Amino acid sequence: MSDSDPLLDIRNLRIEATVYAPGEVPRNAVIVDDVSLRLERGKVMGLIGESGAGKSTIGLAALAYGRGGIRLTGGDIYLNGREIRTASPRQLRRLRGREVTYVAQSAAAAFNPARRLMDQVIEATLRHELCSKAEAEKRAVELFRTLSLPDPENFGKRYPHQVSGGQLQRAMTAMALCPRPDLVIFDEPTTALDVTTQIDVLGAIKTAIRETGVAALYITHDLAVVAQVSDEIMVLRHGKMVEHGTVQQIIEAPREDYTRALISVRAIEHEEKKPTQEPLLRAEGITARYGAMADDVLSNVSVDLYAGQTLALVGESGSGKSTMARVITGLLPPRAGTITFDGKPLPPALKARSREELRQLQMIYQMADVAMNPRQTVRTIIGRPLEFYFNLRGRKRDARVQELLDAIELGEGFADRYPAELSGGQKQRVCIARALAADPKLIICDEVTSALDPLVADGILKLLLNLQAREQVAYLFITHDIATVRAIADSIAVMYQGRVQRYGTKTEVLNPPFDDYTDLLLSSVPEMKLGWLENVLATRKMESAGN
Amino acid sequence: MKGIPLTALLGMAITALFFLAALLAPIIAPYGMSEIVGDVWEPASADYWLGTDNLGRDLLTRMIYGGRTTIFVASAATMVAFTLGAVLGFTAAVYGGWVDQVMSRTNDLVMSIPTLIFALVVLSVMPVTLPILIMVMGLLDSTRVFRLSRAVAVDINVMDFVEAARLRGEGQRWVIFREILPNALSPLVAELGLRFIFAILFISTLSFLGLGVQPPMADWGGIVKENREGIVYGIPAALIPAVAIVTLSISVNLVADWALNRTTSLKGGRGV
Amino acid sequence: MHPVLTLVIQRLALGLLLLFAASILIFVGTEILPGDVAQAVLGQTATEQALANMRAQMGLDQPAVVRYFQWLGGALQGDFGVALSNGRDIADSISRRLGNTMFLASVAAVVAVPLAIFLGLLAVRYRDRWPDRLISGITLTSISLPEFLLGYIIMFVFSVQLGWFPSVSNINAGMSLGQKLNAVALPAMVLTLVVLAHMMRMTRAAILNVMQSAYIETAELKGLRRFNVIARHAMPNSIAPIVNVVMLNLAYLVVGVVVIEVVFVYPGMGQYLVDHVTKRDVPVVQACGLIFASVYIGLNLVADIVSILSNPRLRHPK
Repeated sequence: MSDSDPLLDIRNLRIEATVYAPGEVPRNAVIVDDVSLRLERGKVMGLIGESGAGKSTIGLAALAYGRGGIRLTGGDIYLNGREIRTASPRQLRRLRGREVTYVAQSAAAAFNPARRLMDQVIEATLRHELCSKAEAEKRAVELFRTLSLPDPENFGKRYPHQVSGGQLQRAMTAMALCPRPDLVIFDEPTTALDVTTQIDVLGAIKTAIRETGVAALYITHDLAVVAQVSDEIMVLRHGKMVEHGTVQQIIEAPREDYTRALISVRAIEHEEKKPTQEPLLRAEGITARYGAMADDVLSNVSVDLYAGQTLALVGESGSGKSTMARVITGLLPPRAGTITFDGKPLPPALKARSREELRQLQMIYQMADVAMNPRQTVRTIIGRPLEFYFNLRGRKRDARVQELLDAIELGEGFADRYPAELSGGQKQRVCIARALAADPKLIICDEVTSALDPLVADGILKLLLNLQAREQVAYLFITHDIATVRAIADSIAVMYQGRVQRYGTKTEVLNPPFDDYTDLLLSSVPEMKLGWLENVLATRKMESAGN
Repeated sequence: MKGIPLTALLGMAITALFFLAALLAPIIAPYGMSEIVGDVWEPASADYWLGTDNLGRDLLTRMIYGGRTTIFVASAATMVAFTLGAVLGFTAAVYGGWVDQVMSRTNDLVMSIPTLIFALVVLSVMPVTLPILIMVMGLLDSTRVFRLSRAVAVDINVMDFVEAARLRGEGQRWVIFREILPNALSPLVAELGLRFIFAILFISTLSFLGLGVQPPMADWGGIVKENREGIVYGIPAALIPAVAIVTLSISVNLVADWALNRTTSLKGGRGV
Repeated sequence: MHPVLTLVIQRLALGLLLLFAASILIFVGTEILPGDVAQAVLGQTATEQALANMRAQMGLDQPAVVRYFQWLGGALQGDFGVALSNGRDIADSISRRLGNTMFLASVAAVVAVPLAIFLGLLAVRYRDRWPDRLISGITLTSISLPEFLLGYIIMFVFSVQLGWFPSVSNINAGMSLGQKLNAVALPAMVLTLVVLAHMMRMTRAAILNVMQSAYIETAELKGLRRFNVIARHAMPNSIAPIVNVVMLNLAYLVVGVVVIEVVFVYPGMGQYLVDHVTKRDVPVVQACGLIFASVYIGLNLVADIVSILSNPRLRHPK
């Protein structure tokens, strides 16, 4: 091994897996095909791509590890100059946790619930006999401090369930850095976090990488995130490399169409509609809780939604935005407050509403997978509202189903498919068609694009905008994603801890002067600019110093 | 029939054979059920394929008639258990709230006493007749079916597609029969197989203890009881029902296993 | 008070409540007959006078609620009344036989529990390879057989054909431990086989479930040896499910004992119960039923308490 050798050198990597599709003969699938990458010491490379791109699989290949049935079948993986793809289990055990470590997406699942954090953080260091227990603990405390964890001296005495998600993710980073590895694999470490937590964890990870001088593979689907922490970026799609370059080159001068598409995602614009005379939906003073003994999840929420327009409810997890949807649909009658729909009061409980009232208010869900009965064909799924509300049957119904399928840009032949035979985006389109079938005045969209890859999500947003222009349907759009809000909303309500923090037209809400929370929320959304993270964190530091 | 694994096909074929033999017992049995045809415990021969029993009756005939009784009682008890358990389990899951609480806690209570002990307690004061046996076995076993069907239905009931149907304004009937039932069918069919095996073992045990099917009717557990004295003399007549029970159980198990494996998750499941 | 203590006390209280409810159920179970106990004992041909005498003797002229509390009160003090069939004190007969049954069950448990856990681990270690398949094949077969038939097969092979052990398991107080063990060898073997299959399958499933957790992957990616992954990461989280499996199967064993005692003519509770069911001796059946149910409920209670105690979320609250 010489110093001129790269730390990690992957050549023509090929990874295969056995796929067990239900009801079919198991077959072999190529997950990663002919991917090569070189990573120098102390550098950070971002691996980016949509689901199925093989980025996590490549990350784990740097530890010569294949998850459940995944096999590294071809190519070479050199770590510190040694080939590890064909290394013995014994050799691999000596290298894992010492030369290369791993940070998983869900730290909550990756920590053993039965053992204290400190024991787990220093375990690899002790296993490889890198230093004494006291020294390892001292190093762990230093890392806790670097990662700005609260009370670093005593943090390690706690159990995983006793600390928050963001803290756990930082503790996992400490666990990966403790044995002073040469390389850390970060596998979507901030994806499961709220946006205001993500920025802190991201900052902590970046500081830790800089201070320890470790090299890293940073895996994510979010180009804006990876641009903040990486030196170079590799774009992957369907297990193949699309493009590789420095961060600057990739985000400022991408060579490939696919990369350009990823960068321009969520750049949809539409003209903001102004409030009209009478709102279609008016919620006034809504207060609600789950169960008689619990605390209020919503307190005194009032919003208006105008016909043919979109109101976005924005907030982080626990802000009460989904509860608001349950109140409006009648699944959770509020403790106080009224809902007026189309000029008439809407009965609070679902059971008290007439079929006509139900018809005018439809809903689309986040997980299209579970929003459709897997035992029904698309024809039944879309056709049932037609039968139920309009008593359409037989050929008339089928003709209308086909019209709706055309409206959601799915062609012939989809009517007889089952949900399992559709892709993620197609499923969500069928759910949209089911809502449209009722010819509603209002559709509640609950995080409808959150589970989808960015390009697919873009397609769904465009479709929703087109349908709104054509059918004059109003949307109550619930989301945590500011980019989606910018794309689709006419007016916005920012929710925080069960209250409306800020409410108005899109222009009003997204422009200063801001209140503290909205400022925090908006400034935490990663932007695809070099140095964005440093700027935001520096500004925040100055502000808090100034106060 | 395409796509059914060989083991499941074999299981189906053998199970069907057993049911056929049970149905056609009077036609295919070589002798009359209680007809004494030879000496006590004669070895197997061309006349008596399995030999004779403790009274000199043909064992093959006894096994065929015994299978008829055992399979009939087990099937009937399973039917009772399923009708009752599944209907109540679904009701508890769909209605929820205190209805569910009362039903589930009562069920827990009945399950807190071992089935065999409970059956013995009840049978100590009841006349032991086939209808009473079927009812007692069915009622006790319905607790297991209740627990499973409630759990399955609760899982499905919280799925978004069921909520979507409710928001559409569908009634309970549509929700239960069109949304929940089709998705609960596979685990329930698998459970049906397991409950049936359990019923076979249970009625055999009761008969063996003298508290099940009463003589002169033949059944598999009874055949063991009648011939058990022979064991000490090295006469294996009492072990013959073991072969029948094991063959039938494994066959049904193979079919149930296949049904269970077909139950793919609701997320990626094929509707066909 | 520590939340774990609160939960344990709640669970204990629930167990007592369940036991109380079960006693009602057992009592009611013997009340739902057409006619009454007197009729059942004396048969259809009994004269009115004989029936009336019998009812008065058994206190059947009093309301059911009164009789229930008298019965329960007696049972709590160890007084189950006298057997109808032979007039002997039930508590006396039971105390001797209960010891025998416990002896048989313990011998089976001492062999079965470690063996099942070991084989379960083996099946996990060699998952989907031949040891796993062999083990699951054998368990499938033994689950498909009623206990009494397994008993006769083993009796036929080991007693009649090979002559290693006696076919009738008679034990009495005068025997040495060795003689006793020899006497119960066959019934204990059958019981072991019966629970072994269930326990092994469930242990295998429980450990596999833990082994598929993300934190096991974390441990492997730290370069830990296989043994340490299992000992430090899988075991602490497997204790509760394994204890659960063991308790459930011991409860199952208590029931299996009833049938096996009849097969091997073993002087225990099970045979006592079955004999008196046939004789329609209701007080004995009630007493035995209550004892079997208590053991069963008690074992389930232990399982629940162990899983409360081993849950880190409850032991170390926020």
